[in-house]
Formats: sequence, C-alpha cells, structure tokens
Amino acid sequence: MNLWMVFRISLRALMRNKLRTFLTALGIIIGVSTVITMLAIGTGAQRSVEATIASLGTNTIMIFPGSGQTSGARTGAFGASTLTVDDAKEIPRQCSAVSNVSPITQVNAQIVFQDQNWSTQITGSDIAYPDIRNWNIVDGRFFTDDDVRAAAKVCVLGKVVVDNLFGGESPIGATVRVKGIPMRVVGQLAEKGDSAFGQSQDDIVVVPYTTCMKRLQRQSNVRYIMAEAASKDQVERAKKQIDDVLASRHKIQPGEDPDYSIRTQAEFAETANQSTQIFTLLLGGIASVSLLVGGIGIMNIMLVSVTERIREIGIRMALGAKRRDILRQFLVESIVLSLTGGAIGVALGYGFAHIAARFSQWPPVVSIQSVLLAFTFSLVVGVFFGFYPAFKASRLDPIQALRNE
Amino acid sequence: MNVIEATNLTRTYVTGEVSVTALKGVDIILPEGDFVAIMGPSGSGKSTTMNLLGCLDRPTAGSYKLDGVEVSQMSADQLAEIRNLKIGFVFQGFNLLARTTALENVELPLLYREQEIPAKERKERSEASLSAVGLGHRYDHVPTQLSGGEQQRVAIARALVTQPSLVLADEPTGNLDSKTSVEVMRIFQELNEQKNITILLVTHEPDIAQYAKRVITFKDGKIKSDEPQKKRLIAREVLKTLEDEDE
Repeated sequence: MNLWMVFRISLRALMRNKLRTFLTALGIIIGVSTVITMLAIGTGAQRSVEATIASLGTNTIMIFPGSGQTSGARTGAFGASTLTVDDAKEIPRQCSAVSNVSPITQVNAQIVFQDQNWSTQITGSDIAYPDIRNWNIVDGRFFTDDDVRAAAKVCVLGKVVVDNLFGGESPIGATVRVKGIPMRVVGQLAEKGDSAFGQSQDDIVVVPYTTCMKRLQRQSNVRYIMAEAASKDQVERAKKQIDDVLASRHKIQPGEDPDYSIRTQAEFAETANQSTQIFTLLLGGIASVSLLVGGIGIMNIMLVSVTERIREIGIRMALGAKRRDILRQFLVESIVLSLTGGAIGVALGYGFAHIAARFSQWPPVVSIQSVLLAFTFSLVVGVFFGFYPAFKASRLDPIQALRNE
Repeated sequence: MNVIEATNLTRTYVTGEVSVTALKGVDIILPEGDFVAIMGPSGSGKSTTMNLLGCLDRPTAGSYKLDGVEVSQMSADQLAEIRNLKIGFVFQGFNLLARTTALENVELPLLYREQEIPAKERKERSEASLSAVGLGHRYDHVPTQLSGGEQQRVAIARALVTQPSLVLADEPTGNLDSKTSVEVMRIFQELNEQKNITILLVTHEPDIAQYAKRVITFKDGKIKSDEPQKKRLIAREVLKTLEDEDE
C-alpha cells in the first residue's frame, strides 16, 4: 500500500472523531505556539541587546586598569589606576591596527544653568571620542585639539542634559557651571538611547580629559582607555598590539598577570549574548514541556484509538495487511495529528509573538529556525509518541483481533 | 490438483502450565472445485482447523500445503501475503469496515497487494465483484445502509475480488434469517459451479451443510467422518419453493 493511500485512510479515521482529533491536536497547538512565542520573545530581547551594544561603537576596544583575572586576592578592575595618559598617547604611535584612541576620565558632578541644575556623570575624553563611539554632533561642534591642549573650559552635552537644563532650547554658546567652574557649551550630541544595561547614554557631559583632570577631579588618573580598531577584521590584531605596547610599558614579565585588561566589543557582546541566550533557553525549555504534554496526549488518544479499532485491525490483517502496514497506518495518523497541530501552532505562535512584541518594545523575531525547530519537534513528538500504540496494533494476533467485540 | 493438502495437522495451546491440544493430527485434502462443509459441536476443533487452513495461525505439528506451497513454517508477514493472494474470507459477523462504502470495502484486499494494482483496475475489479453477487447498484452504500444479507454479499464480493484459490466461510449464515441464508448459499453454489471456486464452509447448522458437496464432521479434535453429501440441496430450487409458498 503506498503512502498516499495510508495518508487517506489516516485522514478519514481522524475525521471520524472530529472533536477528539481537535482536542488531541490542541495539546500540540498550544505546545508549538508557546515554543514559537517564547523563542520570538527571547530572540527579540537578544536582538535589542545586540543593537544597544553595537551602539557603543562596532570596533571599540576598552582598556581597563587593574587585574583582568578574578582569582586570588587581587584588586578588581578600576581598583588601581595603573593607566596613564602617556599609555593612551603611545598606543596609536605603535599600533598600526588602531585608528583612534582616547583616555577616559569620569567624575560625577552637578551641572547648573541659571536656576536649573542636574546631576550627571562628566566624561573627560580626547577629540577622537565621537569617532570611536560613532556618535554624531547634532548642534555646534565637538571640542578641538587646542581645547584639549589648553584644558579649555568647554563642554558637549547629551540630549537628556539639554532637555533638563535648557528645556529643549539650543544650549550652544550658553555657560553652565560644573563644580562651580563656568564652562561654555560648544556642542550637543545626537540621541543614542539606552545602553545594554538600561541606563540612558544621553545623560552625559563630555569635556576635554585635560579639563577634567586639572579642573574637576584634580588628579591625573585615567579611568579607562577607549580605542578603535581600523576595521572589524583588525580588532583582534589591534588588541594584540595594544597588549604588547602596554606589557612593555608596564614591564610585565611573560607569564605574569598584567595590571590592565583589554576587552573588545565582541567580548562584551558575547557576555550579553550569553545571558540572553540563557533567557531564551529557559523560555524555550518551559515551552517544550507543554509540547511534551501534548505528545503524551497524542499517545493516550492513539492507545484508545487502537483499542477501539482492534476488530478493524483484525479485518485488515485477515485481508492481507502486513505488520508494517498496520504500523504505518497508526504512525501516519499520529504524525498527521502532530504536524497539523504543529502548523496551526506555528501560525498562532506567529500571532502571539507580534502581540507580545507590542507590550515589550522588542521586535518580534519569528526566525525560520524556530519554525523549523517547532515543526521538527512536533514531527518527533508524533513519531515518538505514536510509535508505541502503532507497534502495539501491528503485533496483534489476527485471530484474537477478529474475535474482539 | 489439490488446493489443500494437510497432513497430521496438530495445534496445542499453552497457557501457563496448562496445555490443551485442540487438534490432534488431522488429514484434510481438498481438490480444486470442491465444496466442503465442516461440522461439529463447539470445542470439536473446527474453528482451530479453520484458522490453520486460513493461514491465520500456524500448526504446532504437521504439514499444510496450500496450492502446493508449504505454509506451516511461514512468518506472520509471509502468511499475510499468502492470505492476500490465495484466500478469501467470509465471516459470520460480516466484518466490513464501518463508515466505508461497499466499493471501498471490496477494494481493501487489493490495496494490500505487494505488487501495486492501479486505482482504475482496482475499481473495475471491485465493481465486477459486487455485480457478481448481485449488488451492482449499491457501490456507495455504507454497511449501516445495507441489510444483513446485503452486507454478507459485500463480504463475499470482497473475498472474491482477489481471485483466491480458496474461499473460507466461517458460519456465513449465522447472523441471517433462513431465506437470506439460502440466498447466500445460492451465491456460493453458483461460484462453485460456474467459476470452479473451492469453498470450505464451517457451520453447525445441518441444513446449511446440505448445500455442500462433501461434509467433514469433527469431534474432540479429530475427524469423525468425511463423506460426500448424499442428498444435496440446490439453493436455487429451495428458493423457488420458498417463493411459491409465499404466494
């Protein structure tokens, strides 16, 4: 008997008991649609994290002071200010794969404009900062080399700061006070949105690092160094070159732990990805349980179906059906059940994912892979849970089966 | 040529530590075109014989040649193929598939043919088979829309559609009234005479056995007697008498 005939027989058997077929398929429908929805939410979250990390600048390399290791009693990152401005200046001179470098200093301060005030983080940087972070100036200009050399009292504001101090008006040319020091606003940064950790990146004031060191924090510590590789392919090479420069400048012996650590954008993305992947796996795992329950439902109904149809099986066997004919008939039946349920589940899951996306600003991402996964999974469920009842049916003794009332 | 050659057919059922020998070394030979009725009280071994000759079961000992082929050692799947090719079954309870039309019921054994038969040929053969039992106009009826006699005729059509060497009828009139029973026997007699089909009929009704050419009687797992029918009834004539009586 060819598969098409088996398929028709199975379909007819399923249509005979429509409500039961629907309820059995419902288990799979719920399972598959949950899997699709959960994976879509997880992938959406992942994409949104990836996007914010990319907004940090794609080829960015961060150099932190202190030990990069976590074992033993060491001071953690930022613990000791082992990095200097000279380190930052030496890197572009010796590293061909590095296109831009900026030392970064940070200090929290209150910024005042007339009767308005705002507490924020003051970032001190070199002129390459906007390039490294792929950050545009929407109004005015960024500070210049001369500003840096002269430790000029100039600053560039982020959107959140402008909104809070100037109520949306152009801040260019205005004078604000930071820690009592008057500073001229020369530019405004474009809006960048939230960081991967949920903070607004627009809540920022950028000043020349020299200004920050001399006038605001009165010490020459570099919080960290930001560098940019010449291209995406050069990131690893740039990291190696920076490592070589710093190792020799800091006199790190081979095998000794360096007093700095270098992190690339890819490593940040990886860390963030790991956490969202765990999140996705967790959601998918929970959803799979409902698919499993759906599978058990199929097995249950197929067992009932085999018991109800023992006589039919006996007749078919008497007329010449081989064991594999009977096995195929019931197996195809459970596969048709699970695949139909799977198809409806995919469609429903697609809808749920879009509804869920509306509530979570994450984009709905129903990937081909998740659809294939759900389909494959429901096929496997159909085969796995359909096999035992089908096998049981195929092993019936025709005489006993025919005698069954 | 002999359709059935069974020698020393023995069947022992073992349940736990109890073993029961239902058939104790039976010899049966059925030449082509024979029409045999098997009789005997329940427990006499006639059902066991029927199952063995129908290739639904295997003998514990002895040999069984069907159409010259030894089948007593065959596997379950090999037996299924033999049943499909060589044997047509007619049961007491008709055993038609529910909610399935007469035509599809008749077509069923052809679907299980190892060598696939084209759909068109299957349909033609099934229609021809239904016409042969006088149901040419009821292709689309499902079993519940047919009378008992009609259902049994569908079952006979299903048994014939594979052009079997042997038709096994197990109490085929057990669920039918006497007039319908005679009609079914008329079909069997016609098939036997006109198409030379070999028929083995199991029954416990002596008047039904009278339509056969030969009667084998079982008792306690052995053959008690094996004789040609002396006063054979011809169903066509019996039916005529019945109709005359009605008028």
